[in-house]
Amino acid sequence: MTDTLAIELKDIDKRFGAVHANNKVCLQVKQGNIHGIVGENGAGKSTLMSILYGFYQADAGQIDVLEKTYTFTDSHQAIAAGIGMVHQHFMLVENFTVLENVILGSEGGALLADGLEAARKELTRLGDEYGLKVKLDATIDTLSVGLQQRVEILKALYKGAKILILDEPTGVLTPQETEELFRIFGALKKQGVTIVLITHKLREIMAITDQVSVMRAGKMVAHRDTKETSREELAELMVGRKVLLQVHKNPANVRAPLMKVKHLTIADKQGVERLKDVSFELRAGEVLGVAGVSGNGQTELLEALSGILPMTSGTIEVLGCEMDAKHPLAPDRLRQLGLAHVPEDRQRMGLISDFSASESALLGYHTDPKINSGIWLSDRKVEANCQDLMQAFDVRPADPQLKSANFSGGNQQKLILAREMERNPDVLLIGQPTRGVDIGAIEFIHQRIIDMRDAGKAVLLVSVELDEIMSVSDRIIVLCDGEISGRLDACDADERTLGMMMANALDPLDPLKTMDDLQASVKQNAHQETQV
Amino acid sequence: MKRDNRIAWINRLLLPLLNILTAFAVTAVLFWLIDVNPMEAAEVLLYGAFGYEEGIGYTIYYATNFIFTGLAVAVAFHAGLFNIGGEGQAYVGGLGAGLAILMLDPTLGAWVFIPASIIGALIFGGLWALIPAYLQAYRGSHIVITTIMFNFLAASFMVYLMVHVLRDTGQMTPQSELFPTNSWMPFVHDVAAGLGYSIEASPLNLSILLALVCAVLVWFFLWQTRWGFAIRATGKNGSAALYAGINPKHIIIVVMCLSGALAGLVSINELVGYQHRLIMDFHLGYGFGGIAVALMGRNHPLGIILAALLFGTLYQGGAELAFEMSNISRDIVVVMQGLVILFCGALDYMYRPWLIRYLAPVPKQEELSGVAV
Amino acid sequence: MSDLFLTILLTFDATLRVSTPLVLAAMAGLFAERSGVVDIGLEGKMLASAFAAASVASVVGSPWAGLGAAIIASCSLAMLHGFASITHRGDQIVSGVAINILVAGLTIILGLAWFQQAGLTPALDNDSRFLSITLPFAEQLAFIPVLGPIYKELISGHTILVYLAFALVPMVWWVVYRTRFGLRLRAVGENPTAVDTAGLSVVKLRYKALIIGGVLCGIAGAYLSTAHNAQFTRDMTAGQGYIALAALIFGKWRPLTVMLACLLFGFLDALAVRLQGVVISGIGEIPVQFIEATPYLLTVILLAGFIGRAIPPKAAGKAYFKER
Repeated sequence: MTDTLAIELKDIDKRFGAVHANNKVCLQVKQGNIHGIVGENGAGKSTLMSILYGFYQADAGQIDVLEKTYTFTDSHQAIAAGIGMVHQHFMLVENFTVLENVILGSEGGALLADGLEAARKELTRLGDEYGLKVKLDATIDTLSVGLQQRVEILKALYKGAKILILDEPTGVLTPQETEELFRIFGALKKQGVTIVLITHKLREIMAITDQVSVMRAGKMVAHRDTKETSREELAELMVGRKVLLQVHKNPANVRAPLMKVKHLTIADKQGVERLKDVSFELRAGEVLGVAGVSGNGQTELLEALSGILPMTSGTIEVLGCEMDAKHPLAPDRLRQLGLAHVPEDRQRMGLISDFSASESALLGYHTDPKINSGIWLSDRKVEANCQDLMQAFDVRPADPQLKSANFSGGNQQKLILAREMERNPDVLLIGQPTRGVDIGAIEFIHQRIIDMRDAGKAVLLVSVELDEIMSVSDRIIVLCDGEISGRLDACDADERTLGMMMANALDPLDPLKTMDDLQASVKQNAHQETQV
Repeated sequence: MKRDNRIAWINRLLLPLLNILTAFAVTAVLFWLIDVNPMEAAEVLLYGAFGYEEGIGYTIYYATNFIFTGLAVAVAFHAGLFNIGGEGQAYVGGLGAGLAILMLDPTLGAWVFIPASIIGALIFGGLWALIPAYLQAYRGSHIVITTIMFNFLAASFMVYLMVHVLRDTGQMTPQSELFPTNSWMPFVHDVAAGLGYSIEASPLNLSILLALVCAVLVWFFLWQTRWGFAIRATGKNGSAALYAGINPKHIIIVVMCLSGALAGLVSINELVGYQHRLIMDFHLGYGFGGIAVALMGRNHPLGIILAALLFGTLYQGGAELAFEMSNISRDIVVVMQGLVILFCGALDYMYRPWLIRYLAPVPKQEELSGVAV
Repeated sequence: MSDLFLTILLTFDATLRVSTPLVLAAMAGLFAERSGVVDIGLEGKMLASAFAAASVASVVGSPWAGLGAAIIASCSLAMLHGFASITHRGDQIVSGVAINILVAGLTIILGLAWFQQAGLTPALDNDSRFLSITLPFAEQLAFIPVLGPIYKELISGHTILVYLAFALVPMVWWVVYRTRFGLRLRAVGENPTAVDTAGLSVVKLRYKALIIGGVLCGIAGAYLSTAHNAQFTRDMTAGQGYIALAALIFGKWRPLTVMLACLLFGFLDALAVRLQGVVISGIGEIPVQFIEATPYLLTVILLAGFIGRAIPPKAAGKAYFKER
């Protein structure tokens, strides 16, 4: 490893309206290193990298790449300077093939035919060199998430990236796929590629990076050599104070089942089964955690249980009523029965950005006879309702007239939780409760969930954060590819076991393998791990 | 003033004002291009609209139509739907009103005829919107194209009916027989005369009261009832509406029928209040004008009333202009409608960045706790 | 040679003439929608082009000058649509509707100001129009059974713009599927952020798509007023811009199937005209209003999707914002 700096950023400054996303940020990344950038959601990491990639322009500051100063006005220039970026949400055209996606922007001529040929040769070579094999003529919508990410990496390498930036790459991968990704990093590093890894996952930082920089609230607050720091120190730097990474709770007092899911199957419009024969029970007084990487059926499960998505087959018994494909129950009916639902995506479903807080606080309960007097839905009562909720859950600012979009992520989430929890439901479905929420609010939210469970309610907690699942749940089921691949008590759960369960079905890394090969290789992996 | 309030003022008052002024400015340029003095034209226009009693009567009479169609378009917009079918719905609404009147015993009183014709207009106008609504909700057919098609279909359908079925016996022009006098909506000048005031005769009739009542009812429905809440939620965020237990397909159907029904009421003003018979093409221009009025009034009943008044002014003033100047026709108002839709609809945020930067700039302080913008 | 055969031939012949503006407008819409911009303004652009073509052709005396003016008019409106919906991210449908209404009024006003007739331009003499072209040996070969009349009646005898329109379809296909520009165009309509991160300009691509559409609409409008007819008349497009959009949806945004959809519309329209005045036993004469309503009725029926659901380009209708 030479001491040439692959990247040097000096005093980068960027504002979006009132938000100071990057505040005089400095960064030095040595060539050939794997460099991590950590910080909470909203710390400014993605903005910083987007500026480096030319997607945004900094208000002030200097960018040096491989010891030359640049001003990037668009990504084209950044790509020419050797920077490649794999975004958190993939930048792929779903109905194009892998080949077409890779050459987009670097077609090598006005007619496609020659460019496609050249790309095919080069991609085969890259695939062999780094172990990045993908079917070049497959369309993106047929590929697994792990393979799609490979395409993104290939894209960057095809365009000549010497510096590869990855933004939260492992959020959509199983632990096994993550291992595979890190192996690829190793191969790239050997070839002299510099890797910048943006993440909030401290375990990964400790596992593979050489150096790490910490951002907090738009500022760069620390640099460390990875081998000289620890998870605890990094967490404290990220948040600014000592952080409790565990939730304290009493043992569960479990009673009768309030929801019984039997052989639930959901097929989407194309006929692809998103949930396959799922059965479980949810009991009063417990938190049932549903673990799994995003996209394995969790969204469909939550939406089916809350009456939004129609079932294909199976039955759901909830609070004394039964629903199946021919006799669905609508969300408002389920609410009447005593079911509440905090959706995974609060912006898309949980509230309406343009509505005031008091109107968002009414969502789902707008037919409540306590707030309606006959046909009149009085403003006064609507606002009073919102104010009660805001007080109960310490939502700030406590202004019912403020537009929902103007609240921070954590406060939005608290408002939604207040809306659903204050109705005293018997069954509570929660999806990703602490996504995009700051640490203080996370602790508050976890405590409230435990409170509900202690009050004898049944809580279904769906989350991609294994830490959250393991610390809040009493029992855990793992969803993989629409099936329940594992059930266990929380006290028996650890990340390795859960990780293996999360990868139980198809091996996403090599779709050419059959099921039998996969079972064998998973066993083999487990065998190898225990040997180490 | 708090920044949030300032932004509200900019959005609700300043922007629409600037947008309309731009539309006027472009019209002025157009006048200049066709060798007409814009100031002169403005003078003639304003005189025509407000300079004499009959003119004022006409202005408000035209505005009445625009209130109906503006409300129609606005109600649909609130559910996220673009109802361009106001022309056809108004036309067919007229069929409903006409049939209701023609089929009743002529000796009945106005207390029967007028509500009957209103119900007829509402039902037929609503029905004409039902098929496009159903196709959008259940088959995903683009409502913009289907409602436009239904405008053309209304034209053919009504022509056929007028020529072959409803034509008054012995008449050359396709129009129905005269409505019985008991069914006529009273003219304002007649009511005024009854109260002892003398004003010049004009087509202005009591439908204006119906229009204002509708505006209040629409306001109440949209902002003070749970159904209005459901409609507005659907328009803003379909997924959140689903989550809240609202059925978007039902909303589409209900809203479009409501919208069509409101548009149908144009026929009350035109046929029951003025022409007193079913005629062809009484609806022309009001449907599209409703779009301009709704956009200019920002889909709020109060704004719609004001915008409708403006368009009534343009219509009447435009007629005066066409009368006085031989090289302009009333179609100049159509041009203005298009410009208003352009500047108040598609380009409505054109001036916003400047206005925000100079009138409601971001405060200098670093952090605003808990509030993201 | 039977009468029926000749009737069928002439109907197909009329089909080609009636479909031409639809094909051109639909191709214009295809470029726009594939790039992610919904173009309801096809109707207005065609109307404006028709007016421009007829006006300039009558003044200058050349249909080609008219065609040039038509293209300029149409492209200006396309730029306006782009300004509103791309640069200012305004609602694309509202922008299109605004343009349609604006043009409807403007053509009347300008017609009045320039030609002293509201809604009409002067009738064009033969020099100022596009005239039918008789292909070589059409008369001489007419004696060959079946093929001869097909050549003479169906293929020969159209104006040059008809041949141009149908020749453009394979060219459009080639551009969209075989060139770099086509790849980028399709990408920007499916995932504009992917295009942006690849270092390409979403805005420029969309504007290019709109300009190409402007040129095609210009030809469509010029065809209406200087080839198919001999002057501009009020509202002469009569909804063909919207029908072209329906054909685009029905043809699933692919050039060849869209062309077939346009031909279908044209055929049914020509057939309906043939049935005018024909008496059907038991019903009587078909009312002329029903004939007139046929294309609109068909559009609704086809849009009702009884023939499969159509999936538009993913990003169509949404303005592009760099996400935070």
